[in-house]
Amino acid sequence: MTAAQSYLEQSSPPGRTGWKAWLLTHDHKRLGLMYLWAILFWFVLAVILGLLMRTELMGMGRTIMGPEAYNSMFTLHGVIMIFLFGIPAIPSIFGNFFLPIQLGADDVFFPRLNLLSWYLFMFGGGFAVFSLFSGDGFPDTGWTFYVPFSISSAGNVSLTVTAAFILGMSSMLTGLNFVTTFHRMRDKAMGPMQIPLFTWSLYATAWVQILATPVIAITFVLVVLERFLSIGLFEPDKGGDPLLYQHLFWMYSHPAVYIIILPAMGVISEIIPAFSRKSIFGYKAIVYSSLAIAIAGSLVWAHHMYSSGMSDVSVFVFSLLTFLVAVPSAVKVFSWVSTMYKGSIAMSPPFFLSLCFIYLFTVGGLTGLVLGAAGTDIHVHDTHFVVAHFHFVMLGGTGFAFFAALHYWWPKMFGVMYRNRPAYVGAVAAAVGFVFHFVPMLILGMQGMPRRYYDYLPQYETGNFLAGFGAYLLVFGLLLMLLNLVFSLRNPRTAPANPWGGTTLEWSIPSPPPVENFTDSPNIKDFPYDFSEIVSNSNK
Amino acid sequence: MTTRIDATGTRIGMWIFLYSEIILFGGLFVLYAVYFYEYPELFAKGGKELNRIIGSLNTVVLLVSSFTVASSITAIQRGKKGQAMGFLAFSIFCGLVFVVNKYFEWGAKIHHDIYPNSATLQDGEPGLNIFFGLYYVITGLHGLHVIIGMVLLTVSLILVLRGRITASRYALLENSGLYWHLVDLIWIFVFPLFYLVL
Amino acid sequence: MESIEEHRHIMGYGQLAVILALLLALTGVTVAVSYIHLGFFNVPLALTIASLKAALVLLFFMHLRFEGPVIRYSFITTVLFLAIMIGFTFWDVAFR
Repeated sequence: MTAAQSYLEQSSPPGRTGWKAWLLTHDHKRLGLMYLWAILFWFVLAVILGLLMRTELMGMGRTIMGPEAYNSMFTLHGVIMIFLFGIPAIPSIFGNFFLPIQLGADDVFFPRLNLLSWYLFMFGGGFAVFSLFSGDGFPDTGWTFYVPFSISSAGNVSLTVTAAFILGMSSMLTGLNFVTTFHRMRDKAMGPMQIPLFTWSLYATAWVQILATPVIAITFVLVVLERFLSIGLFEPDKGGDPLLYQHLFWMYSHPAVYIIILPAMGVISEIIPAFSRKSIFGYKAIVYSSLAIAIAGSLVWAHHMYSSGMSDVSVFVFSLLTFLVAVPSAVKVFSWVSTMYKGSIAMSPPFFLSLCFIYLFTVGGLTGLVLGAAGTDIHVHDTHFVVAHFHFVMLGGTGFAFFAALHYWWPKMFGVMYRNRPAYVGAVAAAVGFVFHFVPMLILGMQGMPRRYYDYLPQYETGNFLAGFGAYLLVFGLLLMLLNLVFSLRNPRTAPANPWGGTTLEWSIPSPPPVENFTDSPNIKDFPYDFSEIVSNSNK
Repeated sequence: MTTRIDATGTRIGMWIFLYSEIILFGGLFVLYAVYFYEYPELFAKGGKELNRIIGSLNTVVLLVSSFTVASSITAIQRGKKGQAMGFLAFSIFCGLVFVVNKYFEWGAKIHHDIYPNSATLQDGEPGLNIFFGLYYVITGLHGLHVIIGMVLLTVSLILVLRGRITASRYALLENSGLYWHLVDLIWIFVFPLFYLVL
Repeated sequence: MESIEEHRHIMGYGQLAVILALLLALTGVTVAVSYIHLGFFNVPLALTIASLKAALVLLFFMHLRFEGPVIRYSFITTVLFLAIMIGFTFWDVAFR
């Protein structure tokens, strides 16, 4: 197989050339790349916004921006990071690219619907930008759009929530496509317990995307209706109950954090065995824990509302249920660590980033227990502690897993190898910067520094200065890794089919893959993580 | 790569889409449940102001149209093109009757100064305002779905006419039918919740 | 262009008409019952009849009876999720 026959040269449907070969493609791999560039753009933009906020907080008082600008910045940072990076990143890029391949299929079940999802994603993103520069001002509500402020705010909230609505549709249709592909396109020889763990985690995620996303859709429709018609469904003086908005919002938005973290866990479950040269420990436990997280994650939404004035009974019930989520999450961490035990570890950038993931995600999970317990949550509610916890899980977890996935699958996607040294330097800088950035925020939160303020009392200055310093180091590391990857595209396409010694199906085909994925019918193993062949080959 | 025809897979996709529609309305039913719990008497009072006859008539219209849509699938499975088109045309007509009824029902209410943010509702009991707010949002969203369903049925009708939907390949008609039945399903719950509350 | 469709069940017009008759009868019952004051019991009764009607539409008009396990179980999951959405909100609302 020569490189000229790869999906990068041949279009699907065949015969399309130029821009049409990309913008009208049905190929899941090309769509994965199109998502990649769009999502990286949003990621870098939101990182810069975050860095500007931390710069503002490095000194007391007004440093580089005023309160209104700061409010708009954290709203934008949140909206972009959640709806345009976190939720789509791993499913839309790596899921689109690798889910069909890992199942032995030639494409997703609805290729044209897949293209539509991409257009919805781009359209929603464009709409979000448009909402900034039209109307009476930037939306300044935070990404949660809580009523009554989101209904009375002069900012252009209607367009921003419409953008989020469109992005939700894109995410839901991707989930729909994955579930159908999982059931109908899987190679006939592949039974349920022979499916790679990344694909299993995407399957569990897809169900959350399908069932939870419509809740936020209707909630945002109601916000827009309230802004134009003032029905009063959430307004107390008209008989409404503002707490119901929060219930509806978190009914989606809590499962949404599992949409963000579950695929990341799937990535780690692929990388850890590949570089330990050892079968994954507890395959079935990981499969079931993915499903359990998806289910339990849908039962705990009101733990975001302990201090909102809801009933004590529900504080008690939701606090109890929240602890349930910790169990399957911990099962996964134990499985990863046990996989490494007595393995033959080969260090590499994706493996190093996965180790960072395990460490940072564990801290994120444990601080989550502090917040899940109603008693301690009251003390740190709406402080920097919450912000730090959230970023430990979302950036330390999903962000690092995203970079691990980039480094793991980059040779397969583009057929090029990247330089290891900048990748390691970037990963170390990002991890150290991360700790310097968010540990001070945990402490500041315990001391009582609230979130979403552009200014603070004098006693918080040291911590904020340190956090800002860490932020710069973190961003330096992230950008170094990205630039290293992008510059590697100039290298010749000489990546071998299986550079890491992976065992799942994507490593059995050339890099980059041919347009139909498998030129011969795929060879399905009895167990997807059987390393006996890899190990015996390397011993020769 | 679209040479395969897997009608079961297509149907799975359609059902998944319907789940998202069910949950979309589900969010509104959460609101209904909570507010009904808070204002049971006022909801009953609001329900009495809605026309039970028109509501029942619309229920019958939708049920009959569901029957004819199901029959059109039976007809196409048996290769009876003419029958299938007749059933579909009748179903679209039923949809039209439903929308026209709804139009007059809304028109009468608006004429009596009952609509979101109207003076009567603003100054009246808060529970009544919520009842009619939910009434307009839910029946409005449902009406939108009726119209989308009519468009889908019309597309199916044209494709049957052109011979693109046949006894061996009718996934699109089946999926349009599923969508239409969903519209009926939602109405089956909306009808007692708004017109028959006591 | 090869179809891999399995043999499909076809509902006769007669069977469909019986379902329609049942649906119309249930509609009549629920409207009639709404004129009788049973106090609290009117609500569960109306919802039970509505659920019965929904079940008839789902099982026969939508062919759910003849579908495979994927659609059946996923449908049940959706209904359960909807029940959780409504039910768990009442942990808050009912105990304020």
